[in-house]
Amino acid sequence: MNMMDPNMTAAPAPLYAKRTAVLPKRVDGPFRRFKWLVMAVCLAVYWGTPWFRWDRGPHAPHQAVLIDLAHRRFYMFAIEIWPQEFYFVAGMLIMAGIGLFLVTSAVGRAWCGYACPQTVWTDLYQHVDRLIDGDRNAQLRLNAAPWTPAKFARRMFKWSVYLGIAFVTGGAWIFYFADAPTLQREFWTGTAAPVAYASTGILTFTTFWLGGFMREQVCIYMCPWPRIQTAMLDENSLTVTYKHWRGEPRGSLKEAKGAANPLGDCIDCKQCVAVCPTGIDIREGPQIGCITCALCVDACDKAMASVGRPRGLIDYCTLIDAEREIKGEAVRPVRKVLLRPRLIAYFAVWGGIGLSLLFLLGARERLTLSVARERNPEFVQLSGGAVRNAFTLALRNMEDRPRTLRIAAEGLPGAALYTDDMAPGAARATIDVAVPADSTAKVRLYAVVPAAHARQQDFTLQAAPLDHEGRPVRRETHFAAPESEHEEHEEHE
Amino acid sequence: MTHDSSHHGKVIDHATGTAKVGHEWDGIEELDTPLPRWWLWTFYASIAFALVYVVLYPAIPMLHSASTGTLGWTSRGALAGDLAHEKAEHQAVRNAIAATPIEALAANPSLQRAAIEGGRAAFKVNCVQCHGAGAAGAKGYPNLNDDDWLWGGDLDTIQQTLINGIRYPGNDQTRSSLMPSFGRDGILTAAQVQDVVSHVRVISKQDPASAASARGAVLFANNCAVCHGANGEGNRSVGAPRLSDKIWLYGGDRAALTNTVTNAHAGVMPAWTGRLDPVTIKMLAVYVHSLGGGEAAPAPAPAAPATPAAGAAQ
Repeated sequence: MNMMDPNMTAAPAPLYAKRTAVLPKRVDGPFRRFKWLVMAVCLAVYWGTPWFRWDRGPHAPHQAVLIDLAHRRFYMFAIEIWPQEFYFVAGMLIMAGIGLFLVTSAVGRAWCGYACPQTVWTDLYQHVDRLIDGDRNAQLRLNAAPWTPAKFARRMFKWSVYLGIAFVTGGAWIFYFADAPTLQREFWTGTAAPVAYASTGILTFTTFWLGGFMREQVCIYMCPWPRIQTAMLDENSLTVTYKHWRGEPRGSLKEAKGAANPLGDCIDCKQCVAVCPTGIDIREGPQIGCITCALCVDACDKAMASVGRPRGLIDYCTLIDAEREIKGEAVRPVRKVLLRPRLIAYFAVWGGIGLSLLFLLGARERLTLSVARERNPEFVQLSGGAVRNAFTLALRNMEDRPRTLRIAAEGLPGAALYTDDMAPGAARATIDVAVPADSTAKVRLYAVVPAAHARQQDFTLQAAPLDHEGRPVRRETHFAAPESEHEEHEEHE
Repeated sequence: MTHDSSHHGKVIDHATGTAKVGHEWDGIEELDTPLPRWWLWTFYASIAFALVYVVLYPAIPMLHSASTGTLGWTSRGALAGDLAHEKAEHQAVRNAIAATPIEALAANPSLQRAAIEGGRAAFKVNCVQCHGAGAAGAKGYPNLNDDDWLWGGDLDTIQQTLINGIRYPGNDQTRSSLMPSFGRDGILTAAQVQDVVSHVRVISKQDPASAASARGAVLFANNCAVCHGANGEGNRSVGAPRLSDKIWLYGGDRAALTNTVTNAHAGVMPAWTGRLDPVTIKMLAVYVHSLGGGEAAPAPAPAAPATPAAGAAQ
């Protein structure tokens, strides 16, 4: 954001402007402490999750959260998701999306202010700045100072720390996709997959660049979410609000003494601007640069306390409550702000999807059969008059133990079955297929029906586990045959 | 990089101190916030990238082609490179298939799977024109899925048929036989042809026996049985189809049979040796054998025709 002097009236604005470095001042207060807590939790979850172990028996990996792209499996604690069950992941993503709507209509841009990775890492890097270069004023002085060897050394040191954090951040990502301890060993011995090094390199660079240098510009120029949110915010959304009706006309204590009329509460100490991580002046009103982190609330409360005025000149406030306050009416209780139809609707949709997913999770089959009927040719006339159809069966055993399934054709009289691995002469009424643990067995199945029964008919393929645990799985399918035995038709060989 | 004079005298937004662009829609106005300067740098960097790209890669359209670029890159060349790379990737598997006798492939499931898939791909390029995408054949072109084989259905026999072709001129090992045109060449009269057809309809269990078929039986024994067998069971050594089954290459109805006996048929398949490399031919044989009608290798001597699936279905 380019802040021009408000007193200027008619000068030409430049087309392009150099970014003004944002060097937020250290601040303490309840919101800052809450932000610390959220940062600690987010970073702990991000760095810690891949290292949780989870015993899944001898046939599956022992990592609690694992996106196993190579084997097309997604493990999340007790839940294992196969590719065809991806709707669970889609459902969780939809919940995350609607959750953002829900949070936005309840508490405004809380995601931006506290939990967004860009916010968390920018915050982390700004702490690094303050630790190495000192607080805001020291940083301003250093920025303006000429490039002496000392400044150069200090900058190199700081950027090395940036790079270290970026590397740890980018490097942690890959542990979600493979067994973390193994991958770490491979990573350091140079034997990990190239994609692991490439991912680490790319994410190290993006963290270094976006967190270390781009910072608030990501939120202001690059991120679509602030635009979506400005469309989603309404008069009931919590925004960080400068209560201008209380603060204006602003003026320092000295100016207040000499003023003809009494001034407002704002002492124009500019602490709200100094602590802002995106470098805006909240007193200009709601704006796209405000991520509602409420650090200015902490700063202003401190300033108000030091001059003996009540806190909350800058505070979370909805537009409706702002108008009530201006009119001198009481602010509505939180309960009333939260229990409004829009929020209840969002919550109902969000919770409904969550409950459906839980229900589906409990009801899903761990043994499935799918049947693809061969259509080219639909049927094969055999020399003895019998007719053969071919099917491709996918038997999915999603449990962590091997199972043997007995395949039978129900409702297909006289049918003899054989597979690719068998001689046609060994065809029989049922076939046993061993399916290894946590895997899919693909079987090409031939069904031969003698001439007497060879006609178009529907039937059911059944796969019954020989351990008799759980129901057999069934699939309706179709047996194709020549139109009629009596009609003249051409069968070629 | 400044506005021209016509932009002077802009209205300044009170809250931000930024000039307004001057448009208004229902009271909504636009601030003339300057773009960040790095954005401009990114733009210049893109231009620099484009200039380098134009020099290195084909870019400028000319009358008949485009400028070639100093790297000499072409999309055809890239495709050729990709294909060569794929071929090199497959070479180890192809070598292994080449080194394994065709009957021994089944003992190595992954190699057999690779051979079947390789054969499937080659079939789609070379064979579907006659045998169809599903290998189900057409009139005059055998269905390769069934259990009826003109020349034999074990791996080695299929491979030999592929290598040397059927009635293919210029290959002295090609499978060869010629049925006389009994009607056209006057060996049988039109009435006799009808009698033979009646007999064939009887032995294929399509019609009940009749006086005509009885006359035909004698004619059949004298003229046809030498190749097709006394009971029409066929003979693979000369590619004579079995006439007693349900499978017809040119049709089993009266008109089709009359045409066949009158004019005879002699289908041709090219010899694939020389057109395809030996490994591809081997993979094609394995693929065709895997379509459901493949037979086991015969015991020492050429075995009698076996129809196990049909037996199972009785």
